[in-house]
Amino acid sequence: MTQATPLLSVRDLRVNFRLENGEHFQALKGISFDIAANCTVALVGESGSGKSVTAMAIMRLLPDHHTAIAPGSDILFEGRNLLAADRRSLRALRGREIAMIFQDPMSSLNPVFTVGDQIIETLMLHTGMRRKAARQRAIALLQEVGLPEPGRKVDAYPHQLSGGQQQRVMIAMAIACEPKLLIADEPTTALDVTIQQQILQLLAQLQKKHGMAVLFITHDLGLVGEFADEVIVMRHGEIREHGPLQQVFSQPQDAYTKALLNCRPRLDSRPARLAVIDDFLQDRPYQVPPQRTRGYAPGDDIVLDVQGLCKSFESREGLFGKHVFHAVKDVSFQLARGKTLGIVGESGSGKTTVGLTLMRLHQASAGRALFNGQDILAMSPREFHACKRRIQIIFQNPYASLNPRFTVEEILLEPMALHGIGHDHAERKQLAAALLERVGLPRRALQKYPHEFSGGQRQRIAIARCLTMKPNVLICDESVSALDVSVQAQVLNLLQDLQDECGLSYLFISHDLSVVKHISDQVMVMQQGQVVEQANADTLYANPQHPYTRQLLSAIPQGWPHQEG
Amino acid sequence: MTKQTTLLAADAACPASRSLWQLGWQRLRRDRLGLAALWVVAAFVLLALAGWLGLAGSHWRDEVAKPNTPPALFKHYAPATVELTAADIDAAQQHHTSAADASAATGMSAEDDPLAADMAAAQATAAQSAAASPAVATHADSLVCGSDSRGRDVLQKVIQGTATSLLVGLSGALLAMLIGTLLGALSGYFGRRVDDLLMWFYSVFTSVPDMLLLLAFSAVMSRGIDTVIMVMALTSWTGTYRLMRAEFMKHKGREYVQAADAIGASHRSRMFRHILPNVTHLLLVQFSILTVALIKYEAILSFLGFGVGVTQTSWGAMLAEAPAELLQGYWWQMAAVTLFMSLLVTAFSMLTDSLRDALDPKVK
Repeated sequence: MTQATPLLSVRDLRVNFRLENGEHFQALKGISFDIAANCTVALVGESGSGKSVTAMAIMRLLPDHHTAIAPGSDILFEGRNLLAADRRSLRALRGREIAMIFQDPMSSLNPVFTVGDQIIETLMLHTGMRRKAARQRAIALLQEVGLPEPGRKVDAYPHQLSGGQQQRVMIAMAIACEPKLLIADEPTTALDVTIQQQILQLLAQLQKKHGMAVLFITHDLGLVGEFADEVIVMRHGEIREHGPLQQVFSQPQDAYTKALLNCRPRLDSRPARLAVIDDFLQDRPYQVPPQRTRGYAPGDDIVLDVQGLCKSFESREGLFGKHVFHAVKDVSFQLARGKTLGIVGESGSGKTTVGLTLMRLHQASAGRALFNGQDILAMSPREFHACKRRIQIIFQNPYASLNPRFTVEEILLEPMALHGIGHDHAERKQLAAALLERVGLPRRALQKYPHEFSGGQRQRIAIARCLTMKPNVLICDESVSALDVSVQAQVLNLLQDLQDECGLSYLFISHDLSVVKHISDQVMVMQQGQVVEQANADTLYANPQHPYTRQLLSAIPQGWPHQEG
Repeated sequence: MTKQTTLLAADAACPASRSLWQLGWQRLRRDRLGLAALWVVAAFVLLALAGWLGLAGSHWRDEVAKPNTPPALFKHYAPATVELTAADIDAAQQHHTSAADASAATGMSAEDDPLAADMAAAQATAAQSAAASPAVATHADSLVCGSDSRGRDVLQKVIQGTATSLLVGLSGALLAMLIGTLLGALSGYFGRRVDDLLMWFYSVFTSVPDMLLLLAFSAVMSRGIDTVIMVMALTSWTGTYRLMRAEFMKHKGREYVQAADAIGASHRSRMFRHILPNVTHLLLVQFSILTVALIKYEAILSFLGFGVGVTQTSWGAMLAEAPAELLQGYWWQMAAVTLFMSLLVTAFSMLTDSLRDALDPKVK
C-alpha cells in the first residue's frame, strides 16, 4: 500500500474445481488483495480455506483439466496479467521473478541430483550463467542461507542433509535469481520447532536484505506475528479479515479471526476448556472459562510405572558387522491415575518409540513396565492379550489409522468382539452407537466409511475405538498434530472431558510444547533417546533446568507480543 | 449441544454412504471405453457359459456340411487349389483301375511300386462301398463361418473353443492368484526366515524358462483341460507372488495394521481381514492381466500339441489346423478364431486399464 502500483495484485479471483462426478466445487470465491514490493504478507487459514490454491493460481500451477478460473479474475504482476500470459513468458517468470518454496523439502528436491546441480540448473536456465560461474554462485548462495560447509555440501545429495538443511537448500534455489516475489507455502510445517525458528529468521533476514516481497502461507497464526507486515485470514475460499499485523492481532474484527487467536493453547494460561470456533460464531460474547490447575499430588495412585526402558534397533553392516542404534535409553517415569504425562521432543528423540514399546508394538530391549503391579514387558503374548485392552493408543494420522475398507461399525465392533465385550452383536452395536455419540458423532455414522469423514471426525472415531475397550491408559501419539487449530481444540477438549469422566490416564506424546503444557500434569523432555528433564508441567515451563528445555521453550513462536488482554 | 445438531444436520444432507468398491464402480461407469470393454467381456463370458452348459456349440463334432465350405458371405469363393469333387472321383473310378494307374500318381512304374497291388485293391473296395451307400443328405449348403476340413461347423467349433479357452484362462488365473496371494502374503507379512525360504523357492521356479516349464509339465501329465489349467497355474503364480509380497510388506507397517495389533487382532485376522481387502483391487487388475496371458498361453500350448486333448477343441487347437488349411486357401477357420480371440483379448486389456483407473486406492 506504500506504493502507487503494488507488485502483485489479485482481483476477484474465483477458482472452481471440477469434481469427478461432474459437480463443481468453489475453491476460491472471489478474493482480492495486493502485495506491495518489499513487504511480507501472511495468508492464514485452515485446511480447505483455499490458501494454497491461491498460491498455485499465482504461479499458474493449477492443473488445467479440472480447474476453471472464472472470467473476470485478474492476477496482475507488475501490471501484466498472469492469467493471460502464454507458456513461454510464464516459464521466464517462474523462478526468476516469482519463486516458490514448498512444504516438504524432502519431496521437492530431486533425490538423484546433488543439491549443487539443482541450484546450478536454475541459475543456468534463468540467468544464462556458465557452469563454472554458476557453481561459484551456488556455493555463495548456500553460504548465504547458512548451510554449514557450503563448499562440501554443494556436492551432497538431498538425503545426506537434514530436513532443516534441505529447506535451506530450497530457499537458496528460490532466491538464486533474486526474485521480486517469494511465495512460501507452509515452509516450516514439516520441521522441528527449533529448526522452524531458524528458518523463519532466515526468511525474514533474506527478505530485508534482498528487498523481496514475501507471500507467507501458513495454518498457524502464531508464526505470523514474528515477521509479517500484513495478515490475510481466509476461510472456505473467502477472505475473512485483511489488515496490518498489529490490527489483526490486537483488534480483530472478524469472529473467525478472534476464534483462531483463542483456540490455540497458550503457555501463559490453561483454561479448563479451550475455545472453539463455535464459541465465537454465536451471538453472546465469549467467556473465558476458569483456569485449571495441574500437577501430580503426593498421594496419587500410580497406574503405570516404567523403569529403565531401553529400545535399540540392530542393522547389519557388511557380512558380520552389526550396527546398534539406541532409540530409547534408560527411560523411567510414573503415570498416575486420571493424570496426564506429556512427552516432548523433536523428531528422532525416541518419544514415539516409548509409546510403541509400551504397547509392545516394538519389543523392548531392557527395562520393566509395571501396570497395576505386573510387568507387561515380561508377559507372554497370551497373558498380554488380556492386558491389551487396558492400554490403548491413538495414532497421529487419522487418515492412516482407520482401515479404509471397514465401516465405522466394523471398526468399533472388532475390538469388542476380540475381547468379548458385550454379549451379542446387538448389544455391541448399542455400545458403539452410544460411544459415537459420546465423542460427538451421530449414530448414523456407523454405516459410513472413514473416507467420508474429516480429519477431526476420524480422530474421534479412533478415540471411540479405544474407548470400546474401556482402557485405563491411553497413549496419544501426536494425536492432535495433524489437525487444524480449531479442530485440535475440539479434540483436546474431548480428551479432557473423557479424562474427567472415566479417570483415564494419558501418555501424551507431542512435539508441540503449548499443547503439552495445556493437557499435561507432568512433562518429560526427551532428546536423542534420553530423558533430559522431568517435572510438573508448571514447574518445568516456569523454571526449565536443562539447556535443551530452555532452547525448546525459546523456539516456540510467540505470536503477537501484545495479544494478552 | 450445538455441535451435535450441526453434525446431525450435515449428516442428513449428505448422500448415502458408499464403499470404495461402489465408488470404483461409479468411476468405471463414467468411463465409456471401459464400460464397452466390460460389456464385450461379459458377452464372452455368457457365450462361454452357454458353451459349458451345452446350450451353444455342443454339436461342434457333427459333420454338417461339405468339407471346407466357405462362409455364407463368401459363398462363391473358390480357392486357388484344384478341388476333388465327387464327380472327379466317379470319373476316376469309371476309368480303369489298375495297379499301373495307381502307381502312376507316385511317379513310379507299377513294377517298382511294392504297394501298387494293395492300392489298387483298396481303391476298388472304396469304389464299391461308395456306390452302395447313399450320399449324406443333410449336408448344409452354406454356414455363417464356413466349415472345416471334416465338414464341421466353424461357428460351433469357435463357440466351443471360446468356452474351453475362457475356462482355462479364468480358472488358471484364479488358481495362480490363489497360490501367489497365499505365498506372497506369508512372505511379505512375516518376512525374515519365511520370506527367505519362499523367495528361494520363487527363485528356483523363475530360473527355469517359463515355456520349458510349461512343456515339461504338460509332457509329464496326461493331456486334457485340467492338466492345462494346473500347468498354467503352477507356472504363472510368480508375478502375483511378487506383487502381494511387496504389498503386504508395505501394508504391515501402516498405522491401521498397527492399530489392529494394538486392539489384539491375531496375525491371521491382520493378514486376511485387514490387509487383504486393501489390496484386492490390485488382485483384480492382476487377475485380468493373467487371464489374458493365460488365454494366449493356452493357444500356444495347444498349437504346439501340448494343450487340450484330441476330443476337445480350443482356440489353440483350431489354430493348429490352420497351417494345413491355409496352404489350400481355406482361411475362414483361422479368421474366425483370430476375430474372437483378438476381440476378447483387446476388450480384456482395455477393461484392465479402466479397472486400474477406477479402483485407484488413493481415494481419501
